Amino acid sequence: MRLPDKTCAIEDAIARIPEGATVMVGGFGVPGTPFTLIRELVRQGQRNLTIIKNDANEKGMGIDHLIANGQVARLITTHIGLNPRAIEMLNAGHLAVEFNAQGILAERVRAGGAGLKAIVTDIGLDTELAHGKPRIEIGGQPAMVETALRADAALIHAHRADVFGNLDYVATARNFNPLMAMASDLVIAEAEAVMPLGDLAADEVHTPGPFVDHVVGLTEISEEYQVVRRQA
Amino acid sequence: MVARAAREIAPGMVVNLGIGLPTKVVDHLAADFPVCLHTENGLSGIGPTLPPEAANRNLIDAGGAYVSTVPGSAFFDSAVSFALVRSGRLDLTMLGAFEVAETGDLANWKIPGKFSPGAGGGIELAQKARRVIVLTTHTDRAGNPKLKAACALPITARACVNRVFTDLAVIDITPQGFALRELAEGVSIAEVTEATGAALVLPDGDVPTF
Repeated sequence: MRLPDKTCAIEDAIARIPEGATVMVGGFGVPGTPFTLIRELVRQGQRNLTIIKNDANEKGMGIDHLIANGQVARLITTHIGLNPRAIEMLNAGHLAVEFNAQGILAERVRAGGAGLKAIVTDIGLDTELAHGKPRIEIGGQPAMVETALRADAALIHAHRADVFGNLDYVATARNFNPLMAMASDLVIAEAEAVMPLGDLAADEVHTPGPFVDHVVGLTEISEEYQVVRRQA
Repeated sequence: MVARAAREIAPGMVVNLGIGLPTKVVDHLAADFPVCLHTENGLSGIGPTLPPEAANRNLIDAGGAYVSTVPGSAFFDSAVSFALVRSGRLDLTMLGAFEVAETGDLANWKIPGKFSPGAGGGIELAQKARRVIVLTTHTDRAGNPKLKAACALPITARACVNRVFTDLAVIDITPQGFALRELAEGVSIAEVTEATGAALVLPDGDVPTF
Protein backbone atom coordinates (compact mmCIF):
# COMPACT_ATOMS: atom_id res chain seq x y z
CA MET A 1 0.00 0.00 0.00
CA ARG A 2 1.05 3.54 -0.65
CA LEU A 3 -0.53 6.77 0.56
CA PRO A 4 -1.80 8.94 -2.29
CA ASP A 5 0.01 12.03 -3.56
CA LYS A 6 -2.06 15.22 -3.12
CA THR A 7 0.39 17.77 -4.47
CA CYS A 8 -1.42 20.17 -6.74
CA ALA A 9 -0.86 23.29 -8.83
CA ILE A 10 -2.03 26.35 -6.88
CA GLU A 11 -4.25 27.53 -9.77
CA ASP A 12 -6.14 24.22 -9.85
CA ALA A 13 -6.59 24.04 -6.07
CA ILE A 14 -7.95 27.59 -5.70
CA ALA A 15 -10.15 27.20 -8.80
CA ARG A 16 -12.24 24.72 -6.81
CA ILE A 17 -13.47 27.56 -4.56
CA PRO A 18 -16.77 28.85 -6.00
CA GLU A 19 -18.33 32.32 -5.88
CA GLY A 20 -20.17 32.86 -2.62
CA ALA A 21 -18.07 30.31 -0.72
CA THR A 22 -17.33 30.41 2.98
CA VAL A 23 -13.56 30.25 3.37
CA MET A 24 -11.56 29.74 6.58
CA VAL A 25 -8.11 31.32 6.55
CA GLY A 26 -5.44 30.38 9.11
CA GLY A 27 -3.08 32.81 10.78
CA PHE A 28 -2.83 35.23 13.70
CA GLY A 29 -1.23 38.37 12.33
CA VAL A 30 1.57 37.39 9.96
CA PRO A 31 2.53 33.96 11.36
CA GLY A 32 0.45 31.18 9.81
CA THR A 33 -1.32 33.37 7.26
CA PRO A 34 -1.32 31.58 3.86
CA PHE A 35 -0.33 34.67 1.87
CA THR A 36 0.40 32.79 -1.36
CA LEU A 37 -2.97 30.99 -1.46
CA ILE A 38 -4.70 34.30 -0.69
CA ARG A 39 -2.86 36.01 -3.59
CA GLU A 40 -4.14 33.33 -5.97
CA LEU A 41 -7.69 33.76 -4.68
CA VAL A 42 -7.33 37.49 -5.36
CA ARG A 43 -6.00 36.76 -8.87
CA GLN A 44 -8.90 34.42 -9.68
CA GLY A 45 -11.37 36.89 -8.20
CA GLN A 46 -14.17 34.76 -6.71
CA ARG A 47 -16.63 37.18 -5.14
CA ASN A 48 -19.25 37.34 -2.39
CA LEU A 49 -17.05 35.34 -0.03
CA THR A 50 -17.58 34.85 3.69
CA ILE A 51 -14.13 34.82 5.29
CA ILE A 52 -13.51 33.27 8.71
CA LYS A 53 -10.20 34.47 10.14
CA ASN A 54 -8.93 35.55 13.55
CA ASP A 55 -8.01 39.02 12.30
CA ALA A 56 -8.08 41.07 9.08
CA ASN A 57 -4.27 41.20 8.75
CA GLU A 58 -2.87 44.68 8.14
CA LYS A 59 -3.59 47.07 5.29
CA GLY A 60 -1.88 45.79 2.15
CA MET A 61 -1.33 42.29 3.52
CA GLY A 62 -3.12 38.94 3.48
CA ILE A 63 -6.91 39.04 3.45
CA ASP A 64 -6.81 42.83 3.17
CA HIS A 65 -6.17 42.20 -0.56
CA LEU A 66 -9.46 40.26 -0.74
CA ILE A 67 -11.30 43.02 1.13
CA ALA A 68 -9.78 45.78 -1.01
CA ASN A 69 -10.69 43.81 -4.16
CA GLY A 70 -14.37 43.72 -3.12
CA GLN A 71 -14.41 39.93 -2.82
CA VAL A 72 -15.49 39.76 0.82
CA ALA A 73 -19.16 40.17 1.74
CA ARG A 74 -18.85 39.02 5.31
CA LEU A 75 -16.08 38.54 7.84
CA ILE A 76 -16.33 36.30 10.92
CA THR A 77 -13.45 37.34 13.17
CA THR A 78 -12.25 38.37 16.63
CA HIS A 79 -10.27 41.59 16.16
CA ILE A 80 -9.63 43.88 13.16
CA GLY A 81 -7.83 46.69 14.97
CA LEU A 82 -4.72 46.57 12.78
CA ASN A 83 -6.66 47.02 9.53
CA PRO A 84 -8.10 50.54 9.19
CA ARG A 85 -9.61 49.66 5.79
CA ALA A 86 -11.69 46.88 7.33
CA ILE A 87 -12.83 49.20 10.13
CA GLU A 88 -13.77 51.94 7.64
CA MET A 89 -15.73 49.48 5.50
CA LEU A 90 -17.46 48.09 8.60
CA ASN A 91 -18.41 51.60 9.74
CA ALA A 92 -19.63 52.51 6.21
CA GLY A 93 -21.76 49.36 6.02
CA HIS A 94 -19.74 47.90 3.12
CA LEU A 95 -18.49 44.89 5.05
CA ALA A 96 -20.58 42.76 7.41
CA VAL A 97 -18.47 41.77 10.41
CA GLU A 98 -19.39 39.22 13.05
CA PHE A 99 -17.15 39.48 16.12
CA ASN A 100 -16.40 36.53 18.38
CA ALA A 101 -14.44 36.07 21.57
CA GLN A 102 -11.16 34.62 20.30
CA GLY A 103 -11.21 31.29 22.11
CA ILE A 104 -14.88 30.87 21.27
CA LEU A 105 -14.13 31.30 17.56
CA ALA A 106 -11.46 28.61 18.01
CA GLU A 107 -13.94 26.29 19.75
CA ARG A 108 -16.69 26.92 17.18
CA VAL A 109 -14.23 25.91 14.46
CA ARG A 110 -13.01 22.93 16.47
CA ALA A 111 -16.61 21.81 17.03
CA GLY A 112 -17.31 22.09 13.30
CA GLY A 113 -14.20 20.03 12.64
CA ALA A 114 -15.32 17.42 15.14
CA GLY A 115 -18.72 17.00 13.53
CA LEU A 116 -20.55 18.70 16.40
CA LYS A 117 -23.41 21.16 16.01
CA ALA A 118 -22.64 23.73 18.72
CA ILE A 119 -20.83 24.51 21.92
CA VAL A 120 -22.26 25.79 25.21
CA THR A 121 -20.39 28.52 27.08
CA ASP A 122 -20.70 31.34 29.60
CA ILE A 123 -18.10 33.47 27.79
CA GLY A 124 -19.53 36.84 26.82
CA LEU A 125 -22.91 36.22 28.46
CA ASP A 126 -23.02 39.77 29.84
CA THR A 127 -21.79 41.39 26.64
CA GLU A 128 -23.42 42.47 23.41
CA LEU A 129 -21.85 39.41 21.73
CA ALA A 130 -24.61 37.41 23.43
CA HIS A 131 -27.39 39.18 21.55
CA GLY A 132 -29.60 36.78 19.64
CA LYS A 133 -27.92 33.63 20.92
CA PRO A 134 -30.06 30.98 22.67
CA ARG A 135 -29.61 31.05 26.45
CA ILE A 136 -29.87 27.87 28.45
CA GLU A 137 -29.16 26.78 32.00
CA ILE A 138 -26.52 24.14 32.79
CA GLY A 139 -26.24 22.92 36.37
CA GLY A 140 -28.17 25.93 37.58
CA GLN A 141 -25.80 28.37 35.85
CA PRO A 142 -26.66 30.53 32.84
CA ALA A 143 -24.97 29.69 29.55
CA MET A 144 -25.50 30.22 25.84
CA VAL A 145 -25.31 28.23 22.66
CA GLU A 146 -22.69 29.11 20.06
CA THR A 147 -23.15 27.28 16.76
CA ALA A 148 -20.32 25.26 15.27
CA LEU A 149 -18.59 26.65 12.19
CA ARG A 150 -17.72 24.80 9.01
CA ALA A 151 -16.56 26.20 5.70
CA ASP A 152 -16.59 25.25 2.04
CA ALA A 153 -12.82 25.71 1.91
CA ALA A 154 -9.89 26.29 4.26
CA LEU A 155 -6.61 27.95 3.34
CA ILE A 156 -3.84 26.64 5.58
CA HIS A 157 -0.17 27.61 5.99
CA ALA A 158 2.04 24.74 7.12
CA HIS A 159 5.74 24.65 7.88
CA ARG A 160 6.21 21.21 6.33
CA ALA A 161 3.90 18.86 4.46
CA ASP A 162 4.43 15.44 3.02
CA VAL A 163 2.82 14.65 -0.30
CA PHE A 164 -0.12 12.93 1.44
CA GLY A 165 -0.95 16.14 3.31
CA ASN A 166 0.40 15.38 6.76
CA LEU A 167 1.27 18.83 8.13
CA ASP A 168 3.28 20.42 10.86
CA TYR A 169 3.41 24.03 12.00
CA VAL A 170 6.13 26.12 13.56
CA ALA A 171 6.14 28.47 16.57
CA THR A 172 3.15 30.84 16.78
CA ALA A 173 2.25 30.12 13.14
CA ARG A 174 0.14 27.21 14.42
CA ASN A 175 -2.76 29.26 15.92
CA PHE A 176 -6.01 28.54 14.00
CA ASN A 177 -4.45 26.41 11.23
CA PRO A 178 -4.87 22.90 12.71
CA LEU A 179 -8.44 23.73 13.78
CA MET A 180 -9.50 25.09 10.39
CA ALA A 181 -7.79 22.17 8.61
CA MET A 182 -10.42 19.91 10.21
CA ALA A 183 -13.48 22.10 9.67
CA SER A 184 -13.79 22.53 5.91
CA ASP A 185 -15.03 20.44 2.99
CA LEU A 186 -12.04 21.44 0.85
CA VAL A 187 -8.71 21.88 2.61
CA ILE A 188 -5.83 23.48 0.69
CA ALA A 189 -2.48 23.62 2.48
CA GLU A 190 0.52 25.63 1.34
CA ALA A 191 3.80 24.43 2.83
CA GLU A 192 7.28 25.90 3.01
CA ALA A 193 8.70 22.43 2.38
CA VAL A 194 6.99 19.47 0.70
CA MET A 195 8.61 16.17 1.61
CA PRO A 196 8.44 12.59 0.38
CA LEU A 197 6.29 10.13 2.33
CA GLY A 198 8.07 9.06 5.49
CA ASP A 199 10.20 12.17 5.88
CA LEU A 200 7.70 13.75 8.25
CA ALA A 201 7.77 11.35 11.20
CA ALA A 202 4.36 10.08 12.34
CA ASP A 203 4.94 11.50 15.82
CA GLU A 204 5.66 14.96 14.42
CA VAL A 205 2.40 15.35 12.48
CA HIS A 206 0.10 18.11 13.79
CA THR A 207 -2.63 17.76 11.13
CA PRO A 208 -3.15 14.21 9.83
CA GLY A 209 -3.22 13.86 6.05
CA PRO A 210 -6.79 12.52 5.73
CA PHE A 211 -8.08 16.04 6.56
CA VAL A 212 -6.18 17.63 3.68
CA ASP A 213 -7.25 17.67 0.01
CA HIS A 214 -4.48 19.57 -1.76
CA VAL A 215 -0.84 20.33 -0.96
CA VAL A 216 0.77 23.35 -2.61
CA GLY A 217 4.54 23.73 -2.25
CA LEU A 218 5.80 27.29 -1.87
CA THR A 219 8.55 28.20 -4.30
CA GLU A 220 9.37 31.44 -2.52
CA ILE A 221 8.71 33.11 0.81
CA SER A 222 7.47 36.52 -0.27
CA GLU A 223 7.95 39.75 1.66
CA GLU A 224 4.52 39.44 3.27
CA TYR A 225 5.74 36.47 5.32
CA GLN A 226 8.77 38.38 6.54
CA VAL A 227 7.53 41.54 8.13
CA VAL A 228 5.30 43.13 10.63
CA ARG A 229 4.88 46.45 8.89
CA ARG A 230 3.14 48.17 11.76
CA GLN A 231 5.45 50.45 13.68
CA ALA A 232 5.16 49.95 17.43
CA MET B 1 3.04 52.39 38.61
CA VAL B 2 4.26 49.74 36.19
CA ALA B 3 7.08 48.84 38.58
CA ARG B 4 4.57 48.61 41.42
CA ALA B 5 2.25 46.44 39.32
CA ALA B 6 5.12 44.04 38.62
CA ARG B 7 5.22 43.27 42.35
CA GLU B 8 1.74 41.71 42.01
CA ILE B 9 3.30 38.79 40.15
CA ALA B 10 4.11 36.03 42.62
CA PRO B 11 6.68 33.30 41.99
CA GLY B 12 5.22 30.33 40.11
CA MET B 13 2.32 32.17 38.49
CA VAL B 14 1.04 31.77 34.92
CA VAL B 15 0.44 35.33 33.72
CA ASN B 16 -0.99 37.00 30.60
CA LEU B 17 -0.03 40.64 30.09
CA GLY B 18 -2.47 42.52 27.85
CA ILE B 19 -1.53 44.80 24.98
CA GLY B 20 -0.29 48.30 25.87
CA LEU B 21 0.79 49.38 29.33
CA PRO B 22 0.67 45.85 30.86
CA THR B 23 3.28 44.61 28.37
CA LYS B 24 5.80 46.95 30.00
CA VAL B 25 5.44 45.13 33.33
CA VAL B 26 7.81 42.44 32.08
CA ASP B 27 10.66 44.97 32.05
CA HIS B 28 10.44 45.08 35.85
CA LEU B 29 10.84 41.34 36.43
CA ALA B 30 14.29 39.98 37.29
CA ALA B 31 15.76 37.65 34.66
CA ASP B 32 15.71 34.70 37.08
CA PHE B 33 12.21 35.39 38.48
CA PRO B 34 10.19 32.13 38.30
CA VAL B 35 7.09 32.96 36.25
CA CYS B 36 5.43 31.62 33.08
CA LEU B 37 4.16 34.31 30.71
CA HIS B 38 1.37 33.24 28.36
CA THR B 39 0.30 34.85 25.10
CA GLU B 40 -3.01 33.87 23.59
CA ASN B 41 -1.67 33.35 20.07
CA GLY B 42 -0.09 30.13 21.29
CA LEU B 43 2.97 30.32 23.54
CA SER B 44 3.69 29.65 27.20
CA GLY B 45 7.10 30.81 28.36
CA ILE B 46 7.59 34.14 26.56
CA GLY B 47 11.20 35.27 26.39
CA PRO B 48 12.59 38.76 25.79
CA THR B 49 11.26 40.93 22.95
CA LEU B 50 13.63 41.03 19.98
CA PRO B 51 14.49 43.82 17.51
CA PRO B 52 13.32 43.09 13.92
CA GLU B 53 16.80 42.13 12.73
CA ALA B 54 17.00 39.37 15.35
CA ALA B 55 13.37 38.27 15.02
CA ASN B 56 11.91 34.92 14.04
CA ARG B 57 9.15 35.80 11.53
CA ASN B 58 6.96 33.02 12.98
CA LEU B 59 7.27 34.06 16.61
CA ILE B 60 5.20 36.99 17.86
CA ASP B 61 3.06 37.78 20.88
CA ALA B 62 -0.63 38.69 20.62
CA GLY B 63 0.29 42.36 20.23
CA GLY B 64 2.46 41.61 17.20
CA ALA B 65 5.82 42.15 18.94
CA TYR B 66 8.64 39.81 17.97
CA VAL B 67 9.33 37.73 21.08
CA SER B 68 11.53 34.77 21.91
CA THR B 69 11.29 31.54 23.86
CA VAL B 70 12.97 30.46 27.09
CA PRO B 71 14.09 26.96 28.08
CA GLY B 72 10.81 25.10 28.70
CA SER B 73 8.57 27.13 26.37
CA ALA B 74 5.67 25.42 24.59
CA PHE B 75 3.69 26.25 21.46
CA PHE B 76 0.02 25.31 20.98
CA ASP B 77 -3.02 26.12 18.86
CA SER B 78 -5.66 28.75 19.66
CA ALA B 79 -8.11 26.24 21.18
CA VAL B 80 -5.49 24.94 23.61
CA SER B 81 -4.43 28.51 24.39
CA PHE B 82 -7.91 29.51 25.53
CA ALA B 83 -8.54 26.15 27.24
CA LEU B 84 -5.70 27.27 29.51
CA VAL B 85 -7.46 30.61 30.11
CA ARG B 86 -11.01 29.35 30.61
CA SER B 87 -10.19 26.33 32.76
CA GLY B 88 -8.55 28.31 35.56
CA ARG B 89 -4.87 27.73 34.75
CA LEU B 90 -4.24 31.45 34.23
CA ASP B 91 -3.39 32.91 37.64
CA LEU B 92 -3.28 36.56 36.67
CA THR B 93 -3.97 38.89 33.80
CA MET B 94 -3.20 42.59 33.56
CA LEU B 95 -5.41 44.56 31.20
CA GLY B 96 -6.01 48.13 30.08
CA ALA B 97 -9.38 49.84 30.57
CA PHE B 98 -11.67 52.56 29.27
CA GLU B 99 -13.86 52.28 32.37
CA VAL B 100 -13.95 50.25 35.58
CA ALA B 101 -17.10 50.17 37.71
CA GLU B 102 -17.12 49.98 41.50
CA THR B 103 -18.70 46.54 41.06
CA GLY B 104 -15.63 45.36 39.12
CA ASP B 105 -17.29 45.58 35.70
CA LEU B 106 -14.70 46.25 32.97
CA ALA B 107 -15.20 48.11 29.68
CA ASN B 108 -12.14 48.00 27.46
CA TRP B 109 -13.12 46.88 23.96
CA LYS B 110 -15.54 49.25 22.30
CA ILE B 111 -16.44 52.93 22.10
CA PRO B 112 -19.58 52.95 19.94
CA GLY B 113 -19.10 55.03 16.79
CA LYS B 114 -15.40 55.62 17.49
CA PHE B 115 -13.54 52.42 18.25
CA SER B 116 -14.91 48.98 17.46
CA PRO B 117 -12.07 46.64 16.48
CA GLY B 118 -13.47 43.60 18.32
CA ALA B 119 -12.56 42.19 21.71
CA GLY B 120 -10.06 39.55 20.58
CA GLY B 121 -9.17 37.43 23.60
CA GLY B 122 -10.06 40.14 26.11
CA ILE B 123 -13.43 38.77 27.16
CA GLU B 124 -12.05 35.40 28.14
CA LEU B 125 -9.04 36.90 29.92
CA ALA B 126 -11.25 39.26 31.92
CA GLN B 127 -13.93 36.68 32.68
CA LYS B 128 -11.75 33.67 33.52
CA ALA B 129 -8.31 34.68 34.81
CA ARG B 130 -8.13 33.94 38.55
CA ARG B 131 -7.05 37.51 39.26
CA VAL B 132 -7.68 40.52 37.03
CA ILE B 133 -5.61 43.65 37.48
CA VAL B 134 -6.25 46.80 35.48
CA LEU B 135 -3.49 49.24 34.59
CA THR B 136 -4.81 52.59 33.42
CA THR B 137 -4.57 56.31 33.75
CA HIS B 138 -6.91 57.50 36.50
CA THR B 139 -8.76 59.80 34.09
CA ASP B 140 -9.20 59.94 30.32
CA ARG B 141 -7.56 62.57 28.08
CA ALA B 142 -10.42 64.99 28.76
CA GLY B 143 -9.95 64.54 32.51
CA ASN B 144 -13.08 62.43 33.04
CA PRO B 145 -12.88 59.66 35.66
CA LYS B 146 -12.32 56.14 34.35
CA LEU B 147 -13.31 54.68 37.71
CA LYS B 148 -17.08 55.05 37.91
CA ALA B 149 -20.17 53.84 39.72
CA ALA B 150 -21.23 52.03 36.55
CA CYS B 151 -19.75 51.58 33.08
CA ALA B 152 -21.41 53.62 30.34
CA LEU B 153 -19.55 51.79 27.55
CA PRO B 154 -20.27 48.22 26.41
CA ILE B 155 -18.73 45.93 28.98
CA THR B 156 -16.09 43.26 28.44
CA ALA B 157 -17.03 41.24 31.53
CA ARG B 158 -19.04 41.85 34.67
CA ALA B 159 -17.60 41.88 38.22
CA CYS B 160 -14.19 40.70 37.04
CA VAL B 161 -11.66 43.31 38.20
CA ASN B 162 -9.88 42.74 41.53
CA ARG B 163 -7.44 45.67 41.65
CA VAL B 164 -6.68 48.84 39.67
CA PHE B 165 -3.29 50.52 39.32
CA THR B 166 -3.37 54.11 38.11
CA ASP B 167 -0.94 56.98 37.92
CA LEU B 168 -2.47 58.22 41.19
CA ALA B 169 -3.28 55.20 43.33
CA VAL B 170 -3.76 51.50 43.95
CA ILE B 171 -7.46 50.76 44.42
CA ASP B 172 -9.16 47.45 45.22
CA ILE B 173 -12.66 46.42 44.20
CA THR B 174 -14.42 45.36 47.41
CA PRO B 175 -18.00 44.51 48.36
CA GLN B 176 -18.13 48.14 49.60
CA GLY B 177 -16.88 49.48 46.25
CA PHE B 178 -13.56 51.18 45.46
CA ALA B 179 -11.13 51.00 48.39
CA LEU B 180 -7.95 53.11 48.41
CA ARG B 181 -4.87 50.99 49.23
CA GLU B 182 -1.86 53.05 48.17
CA LEU B 183 -1.06 56.51 46.84
CA ALA B 184 1.49 57.44 44.20
CA GLU B 185 4.28 59.50 45.69
CA GLY B 186 3.27 63.15 46.04
CA VAL B 187 -0.44 62.50 45.44
CA SER B 188 -3.03 63.43 48.10
CA ILE B 189 -6.15 61.55 49.09
CA ALA B 190 -8.17 64.60 48.02
CA GLU B 191 -6.71 64.45 44.51
CA VAL B 192 -7.65 60.77 44.15
CA THR B 193 -11.15 61.35 45.51
CA GLU B 194 -11.62 64.24 43.09
CA ALA B 195 -10.48 62.15 40.11
CA THR B 196 -12.65 59.13 40.99
CA GLY B 197 -16.20 58.97 39.68
CA ALA B 198 -17.62 56.98 42.59
CA ALA B 199 -17.33 56.78 46.36
CA LEU B 200 -13.87 55.83 47.63
CA VAL B 201 -13.51 53.84 50.84
CA LEU B 202 -10.53 55.24 52.77
CA PRO B 203 -8.33 53.14 55.03
CA ASP B 204 -7.85 53.81 58.71
CA GLY B 205 -4.53 55.49 59.40
CA ASP B 206 -1.76 56.33 56.96
CA VAL B 207 -1.93 55.34 53.30
CA PRO B 208 1.29 53.76 51.98
CA THR B 209 2.91 55.37 48.93
CA PHE B 210 4.50 53.76 45.90
